[in-house]
Amino acid sequence: MSINPFVSLFGRSPIGPMQQHIAKAHECASNLVPFFQAVIAEDWARVELVQQEMSRLEKEADKLKRNVRIHLPKSLFLPVPRSDLLELLSVQDKVANRAKDIAGLMLGRQMVIPQPLQPMILAFVQRSVDASEQALTAMNELDEILETGFGNREVNRVTAMIEVLEDIEHDTDRMQIEVRRTLFKLEKDLPPVDVMFLYTIIEWIGDVADRAERIGNRLEQLLAR
Amino acid sequence: MSLLTDYGLILLVLACLFGFFMAWGVGANDVANAMGTSVGSRALTIKQAIVVAMVFEFCGAYLAGGEVTETIKNGIVDIDVMTADLLVLGMMSALLASGTWLLIATNKGWPVSTTHTIIGAVVGFAAFGVSFDAVHWSAILPIMASWVVTPFLSGVLAFGLFVSVQKLIINTDHPFENAKRYVPFYMFLTGFMVALMTISKGLKHVGLNINSEQSFLLAIGVGILVMLLGIFLLRRVQIAPDANRSTYFASVEKVFATLMIFTACSMAFAHGANDVANAVGPLAAIAGVIQNNGVAELGTKSAVPAWVLLLGAVGIVIGLATYGYKVIATVGRGITELTPSRGFAAELATASTVVGASAIGLPVSTTHTLVGAVLGIGLARGISALNLRVIGSIFMSWAITLPAGAFLAIVFFSILKLIFL
Repeated sequence: MSINPFVSLFGRSPIGPMQQHIAKAHECASNLVPFFQAVIAEDWARVELVQQEMSRLEKEADKLKRNVRIHLPKSLFLPVPRSDLLELLSVQDKVANRAKDIAGLMLGRQMVIPQPLQPMILAFVQRSVDASEQALTAMNELDEILETGFGNREVNRVTAMIEVLEDIEHDTDRMQIEVRRTLFKLEKDLPPVDVMFLYTIIEWIGDVADRAERIGNRLEQLLAR
Repeated sequence: MSLLTDYGLILLVLACLFGFFMAWGVGANDVANAMGTSVGSRALTIKQAIVVAMVFEFCGAYLAGGEVTETIKNGIVDIDVMTADLLVLGMMSALLASGTWLLIATNKGWPVSTTHTIIGAVVGFAAFGVSFDAVHWSAILPIMASWVVTPFLSGVLAFGLFVSVQKLIINTDHPFENAKRYVPFYMFLTGFMVALMTISKGLKHVGLNINSEQSFLLAIGVGILVMLLGIFLLRRVQIAPDANRSTYFASVEKVFATLMIFTACSMAFAHGANDVANAVGPLAAIAGVIQNNGVAELGTKSAVPAWVLLLGAVGIVIGLATYGYKVIATVGRGITELTPSRGFAAELATASTVVGASAIGLPVSTTHTLVGAVLGIGLARGISALNLRVIGSIFMSWAITLPAGAFLAIVFFSILKLIFL
């Protein structure tokens, strides 16, 4: 737009928009908690409401993602590799996508969670959302990392946050095994197709935490030099 | 000799008018980039920036503008090859050509450099209007080389400055305390650098002759004065006791914002010292010849008259006051990604490079030097996004501006010859 060579030297920083995107993606994922509460209560009107909210947030995250990509032309010189940044963006987006998948499938099949499984699965969902929140916390440090010019101290702070994120993800792995084991004990008394899909949902809840952890890994990669 | 005896006064008045107009243009447009950095990083308000620019552009132009003006006056064309008439008309057409070209370019929105236009115009009229040997080609080479070297050099300087800031201040346990401890040294550096170049090179025409040892000591004295003033100003900057991490860094940036007041002054000074010549260099040549009654050799050998620099300095200040403040505001709004800890490094690196170039009489582009400095900080991972296409546009501006200035100068030269000779 500007013809002044000095003014046009300054590109739009992708850091702020990246943070907005992860915030939106996390907001979508964090709706899984009220969603599962509604599913357990078998309040299908509310389930649909939350699902729609999640779908809306996922779409907004998509829009933000496209916006970041458009403003990252190859001619932009960034303090981090452009490809790493774009990969991080795509991993962030996948958190929202998986959360939306879970909500869509459960609403579509009106899935009921067997009672012995309920508290366990609620804790599992909560822990996965915790992972996504920790990813958001780490990403929110990105502007300060830039402010310090990728100083060691700030990078170490973020690395510590990523370690916490990994711990949370380990928790979810452990919980996932436990939930599956419990379902295995119940499965012969349940309709087989429902059980198949329950296994899928359990896997997908684990995916949310997995993908949040991958945000951390990508972020670590971004900072390493 | 009839031309100069008959029309001498008219030509001189015309040259003054054109020179003044060019100086106005420098003040109206070029100063904005030099000051926009400080406005964009909110170290200075627009009003403060205007005041700083007026005072220090004036000082730079008047006190340190002599060497570059000298280069344009008689460093480029070979006076032995042409008559005094041709020199006067040629310099006149160079002024007209660059004025016209800058008007066209500004209207069309092309990024051009005043420096490159005027050099192209002077070389153009001499080489193609008079004879190919009328140009000191051996003097052109260092000038052209300096256009590549200065952005590179200021980039390296800015890189070094920013890395030192990271090591000493930002990446430590107590950035705020360290900022207060080390920032005065950068202030000293700023004052010392500007004073040294000015005292050793610029004060001759003001009537002061100081040897190099004295000027070195004097520069240290100025540096210390600047540092003391800085320490006094820094006492006002305090950190809020309930500061969290982000407001903490904001306080650190406030320390750098104080430093930036000084680097902004040095930047305006450097810009005035180098760019005033673009406006009054040809005028100085014309004035020299006419005042020595058409004896070109005498005209070129005499020093740049102080009133010529004064005219340029006043022109720049009026340009700033009448139009420049708008451009400064626009540029400032365009640069918001630059924080004071980066902005100061860019300004100090650019000012040092440009003041250095001014001291040895090289006409360089302040904007390009500043771009080089910002890229240097970018390489040190200090800026979130830089648009590399600008480098291409800078090369384009060289490729277009030099021939355009030359071509227009040849056209005006032919017309003036038809009218007067």
